[in-house]
Amino acid sequence: MKSIQTHPFNKKLRIREAFIEGALFLFALLSIAITVSIVVILLRESLLFFESDEVTLSGFLFGTKWQPMIGYFGVLPLLNATLMTSLIAMIVALPLGLAVGIYLSEYADEKFKSVVKPVLEVLAGIPSIVYGYFALTFMTPLLRSIFGDDVVQMYNMMSAGIVMGILILPLVATMAEDAIAAVPVELRLASYALGATTLETSIKVVVPAALSGLSATFLLGLSRAIGETMIVALAAGAGPKMTFNFFEGAETITGYIVRISGGDVSYNSVDYTSIFALGLMLFFMTFTLNMISREISARYQTEYE
Amino acid sequence: MTDILQKIPETDNVDQAMTDEKKIISVDDVTIHYGAFKAVQNVSLDIAQNKVTAFIGPSGCGKSTVLRSINRMNDLIPSASITGKILFDGHDMYESSVDPVLVRREIGMVFQKPNPFPKSIYENIAWGARIHGFKGDMDELVETSLRQAALWDEVKDKLKQSGLSLSGGQQQRLCIARTIAVEPKIILMDEPASALDPIATGRIEELILELKENYTIIIVTHNMGQASRVSDYTAFFMVDENRSGYLQEFNITEHLFLNPKHRKTEEYISGKFG
Repeated sequence: MKSIQTHPFNKKLRIREAFIEGALFLFALLSIAITVSIVVILLRESLLFFESDEVTLSGFLFGTKWQPMIGYFGVLPLLNATLMTSLIAMIVALPLGLAVGIYLSEYADEKFKSVVKPVLEVLAGIPSIVYGYFALTFMTPLLRSIFGDDVVQMYNMMSAGIVMGILILPLVATMAEDAIAAVPVELRLASYALGATTLETSIKVVVPAALSGLSATFLLGLSRAIGETMIVALAAGAGPKMTFNFFEGAETITGYIVRISGGDVSYNSVDYTSIFALGLMLFFMTFTLNMISREISARYQTEYE
Repeated sequence: MTDILQKIPETDNVDQAMTDEKKIISVDDVTIHYGAFKAVQNVSLDIAQNKVTAFIGPSGCGKSTVLRSINRMNDLIPSASITGKILFDGHDMYESSVDPVLVRREIGMVFQKPNPFPKSIYENIAWGARIHGFKGDMDELVETSLRQAALWDEVKDKLKQSGLSLSGGQQQRLCIARTIAVEPKIILMDEPASALDPIATGRIEELILELKENYTIIIVTHNMGQASRVSDYTAFFMVDENRSGYLQEFNITEHLFLNPKHRKTEEYISGKFG
């Protein structure tokens, strides 16, 4: 019997489709919810810290002494140690990573690449605590034997920074290679056709053309170094100290957070809430760097359309 | 352009015509492989100095491959290998002692798609000369190169602007000016106008005719009208049943177009395939 109501192309209810779509949507929502709640908790606990009688915002931001036990909450010594170790890490990782990136993209043949890239991935897969012990048991004794035990302290920022540079090297190298390889091949051909060597082509044409991608690489590497924890917790020392001497020990923001959260500090004490304020600060720093880096990458992707 | 067509050489024999020319390049029995694939085989032809030689033929006939082998750009393709000789002023450029970087200083190249550097117009011209240690007056070199490429009047007030800000046709003339600035003897052009509109194409063709006063030009083109308008000699390449390219016919341009010796040439230039 033919019914007038049944149109051959009527919408069909697909329960499985609808269910899966709903489930995927929930998961997406969940990941957003988790991120938001982390930020909320950071903010709430930080607020407790700043509400405490012993803490003032200006004292926190500009104080040069961090001794929560006796009421000094100046973040500068921690921030200084974080920036110094990160700076050393970038001084190690950026030139090396750039060199590896240039070599892999412009010089290496497929066979060499097929060996080096997995090695870089293995390097990137080593847990950072292993690097921490590498710093403590290899790099520090090496530095001390070169510069002398009286110059280089047992815990020092140099050792931690260098090893941190090695840790982020695979990241920097891979990203640098991607940025360099994204430069259109036509530019290389133009350069070679003018009688340029591979070195001239790489350094004077390809790298400048990849500059925005490379600065994104630099910022992401820096953000990774600032947030890195285990190496500095193990090798850079466990006492906040306002020093510009690379061979002295000084606790970083992350190092302090590890020590306090693993220690016997009671909940709701100022020491305890201070790590949330520090966490919030780290979060803003790395978040800003990542956003700038993303913005730059997005721009260089459209540059050669 | 018409006056060139009017002075058709008396002889229709390319070898005879060539005896009056200075041969700057001799391609001698060249076969090029990409891996195991034979891209083009047993090509022999001479390039006359200060003349324009066109390479025409259907897609895949190896005309661009032969062009790129002349300044060793094929070296950049790892799988490419070549047998035979390419003589430049009597020197085999495929001897193992030859530095391809030096070859490319003498034999410049302009590509299908305009590819200026993402630098200023000025820097685009100055770059090549600078890496070769040019010590003279750079401003003057930039100006004369841009004048020779018929671009000076359009860009003289904006030399600091990016080369990428120019139109496609201007970019291609910028690339020609950049090539001229390193003072090569030969300019290879790989379909230099195929990405351009008809007006820009016309300007490039006029430019080619001006440039042959000072340079030897070899141009690959799909456009047979273009080959007949700009070239003195034309090489017609074909593809065999194994998809390998070969040189079917090489002659004085007028004779190749008006009186082709091979049926394949006639069919191609009359548009029966390609």
